[in-house]
Amino acid sequence: MKTDELISMLANGAQVVEPHALRRRYAIALGWGGFGATLLMAIMLGVRPDLAEAAWLPMFWVKLALPVALLATALLAVLRLSRPGVRLGRVPSALAAPVLAIWLLAGVALLGAAPGARSQLIFGETWASCPFNIALLSMPVFIALMWAMRGLAPTRPALSGAAAGLLSGAMGAAVYTLHCPEMDAPFLAIWYLLGMLIPTTLGALLGPRLLRW
Amino acid sequence: MSVSEDRLRDLLVRGLAGDNAAYHVFLKELSAHLRAFLRGRLTRLPDDVEDLVQETLLAVHNQRHTYDAGQPLTAWIHAIARYKLVDLLRRRAGRDALNIPLDDERELFARSDTEAADAKRDLAKLLDQLPDRQRLPIVHMKLAGLSVIETARATGMSEAAVKVGVHRGLKALAALIRRSDEDR
Repeated sequence: MKTDELISMLANGAQVVEPHALRRRYAIALGWGGFGATLLMAIMLGVRPDLAEAAWLPMFWVKLALPVALLATALLAVLRLSRPGVRLGRVPSALAAPVLAIWLLAGVALLGAAPGARSQLIFGETWASCPFNIALLSMPVFIALMWAMRGLAPTRPALSGAAAGLLSGAMGAAVYTLHCPEMDAPFLAIWYLLGMLIPTTLGALLGPRLLRW
Repeated sequence: MSVSEDRLRDLLVRGLAGDNAAYHVFLKELSAHLRAFLRGRLTRLPDDVEDLVQETLLAVHNQRHTYDAGQPLTAWIHAIARYKLVDLLRRRAGRDALNIPLDDERELFARSDTEAADAKRDLAKLLDQLPDRQRLPIVHMKLAGLSVIETARATGMSEAAVKVGVHRGLKALAALIRRSDEDR
């Protein structure tokens, strides 16, 4: 086939492209993935029984703010990485901000606590299961995002996979706050971040394989 | 911003909105820019230039929904062409091919080359490998120029299935190109 024939073939009857195809794709992926994560949390882990009282405590909202801030920034990264030729700009530093903030809070909490109480602040009651539960809850969003991204054009597949993984991890962590009984910054600063890092690493590893086009 | 940038961008935006004549002119002019760009970078593989021009055109078409009208067209095209170039070199030469000189994307539309060599790889043959539900809509609509309704009537498929068939078929064609290259 000559190049001119290919050009005619591509142009013939080419359908109208709707302007917001990319955003719509991610809205669908996040919607279904978030629904799946919530369902998984409700069935396998259960909502914490004292959620109504916990919602009065500032720390509950700090705990939610960490994944939500990361979610918003990772979404921005994912949107940019899905379009060829769009630069990440300041997104990486925006990602660092919530992480530094929670580390700062954790440092203040640890310094202010009696030495004997510190390990309780760090390990809580659920440190061993927390990262894996977050990774588990991130899986519906992870799968949905990989589907969405496969239909787009990421030119940096490992980085794009990592960004999608972080976004799914942040979503998983946000949903997990509805179950998780822990309320201390040092716990969040370690185990929540670790939980989100699991799907991030998975995305970086799978990206080059799954996101080719 | 260059004259070509504005002109090509306008043609593409009209094409995305359904103006197939404008889209045809866009692809035609783009192919000449891509050819000059890729010929300058594939100096050691001159026989692969036309194949890569075709592969990049197909990628631009398949990925055209990722173009944001507020974005410089040069940057978008350059990133696609570069991605396809790196992909080809990686398939051919393994890891050491990753040392591609960083280049200035603005030079992409500065040069053009309308002397098309023959492609080594025949896309028509790859097209024949597609399943009927993708191949027939492409043959009727894209090659013979029938409308969606006429294609649906000729193939006995629904109109929605015809559109999906064309869309998935062209994506499958891009995947076949990658695979045929890896087997070589």
